[in-house]
Amino acid sequence: MEIKIFGPGCKNCVNLANNAKKAVEETGVEAEIIKVEDMKEIAQAGIMSTPAIAVDDEVKIKGRVATVEEIKKLIS
Amino acid sequence: MINKFAELLVYNWMGLDEATRLGSSVHFFFYDSIKIIFLLSIMIFVISIIRSFFPPEKTKKLLSNYKKIFGNIFASILGVVTPFCSCSSVPIFIGFVESGIPLGITFSFLITSPIVNEVALVMLFSLFGWKIGLLYLISGILVGVIGGIIIEKLGMEKYVEEYVYEISTGEEDIEELNWDQRISFAKNEVKDIVGRVWKFVIIGIGLGALIHGYAPAELLAQYAGPDNPLSVIAAVIVGIPLYANAVGTIPIVQALMGKGVALGTALSFMMATTALSLPAMIILRKVIKTQLITVFVTVVGLSIIGVGYMFNFVMNFV
Repeated sequence: MEIKIFGPGCKNCVNLANNAKKAVEETGVEAEIIKVEDMKEIAQAGIMSTPAIAVDDEVKIKGRVATVEEIKKLIS
Repeated sequence: MINKFAELLVYNWMGLDEATRLGSSVHFFFYDSIKIIFLLSIMIFVISIIRSFFPPEKTKKLLSNYKKIFGNIFASILGVVTPFCSCSSVPIFIGFVESGIPLGITFSFLITSPIVNEVALVMLFSLFGWKIGLLYLISGILVGVIGGIIIEKLGMEKYVEEYVYEISTGEEDIEELNWDQRISFAKNEVKDIVGRVWKFVIIGIGLGALIHGYAPAELLAQYAGPDNPLSVIAAVIVGIPLYANAVGTIPIVQALMGKGVALGTALSFMMATTALSLPAMIILRKVIKTQLITVFVTVVGLSIIGVGYMFNFVMNFV
């Protein structure tokens, strides 16, 4: 599984990446977390408000920091 | 209640005399700090709930239905309520331009969004009262509308980076939040924003308290009062590099107004600190060329100066 975190590197994006890491650890799912910081790529993915999280190239939650629980639901 | 507590703290527990300069400055400091941080938390919560109904994707859809000046007015008003931090400005810009929203309307949104934000409004309403708060809100929207219209008229489309037009984002679905999610979003916003700005609020109020107690009124009124025609321009030029302390400047400005600085001059100063800032320009440079950034700064700067003179003029008749 591939989890993408979209955001130019502001504090919220870091928080989201940490939540994702925690969710992966707690569920034990095999997943790779990739940070996307390039504006072009972020816009191309149809994201207008950061941070955002995508699972297997499908944008799931954007514009807010998803909680560990929410991410767990997305990946399991 | 907050006033009682501040009085008790300063005059009884700290043993300062109410009649001294030190006593009144320290009281002013504690009273304002507690009041503003309390009000900020409540207001950010309420505004975040409203904002959760207006994600940028929805704004984009709403905006593509309006043309010409109505588009500018509507974009400017939406700029007030759409959640937006400076790191989202580029994706929002690309999203708007790519979906065919005219450049001028996009700029109306981008200009108003940072000028009118909940933190500035709370501080204005609580320190200056609702009349000035409302004036600020309306003039912030006005600056966005005027700035957007001028940029549209100048035909600046060629100064947008070419790749912006090549991106195709496609149709995105808008996530509908439930109430639990809205409340958790609002709580996070309170934590995030108050956590970020409280230092500046305290520093600003501290400096304001010093000015309140010590600054010579005659001197300031002479340089920045309603009779000095250049004060508005000077205020805008000084305000532009002060971005990081946008929140902290409001209590300072309030104290200065108490010492005779004119209202229009003070409002222009606040708008310049929030609307035009180097970090925001650096981010925008990724999508627009230097020429357009120059035009943007000039147009917004001049509009803010205009608003300042308008208020200084209007205040003569109130």
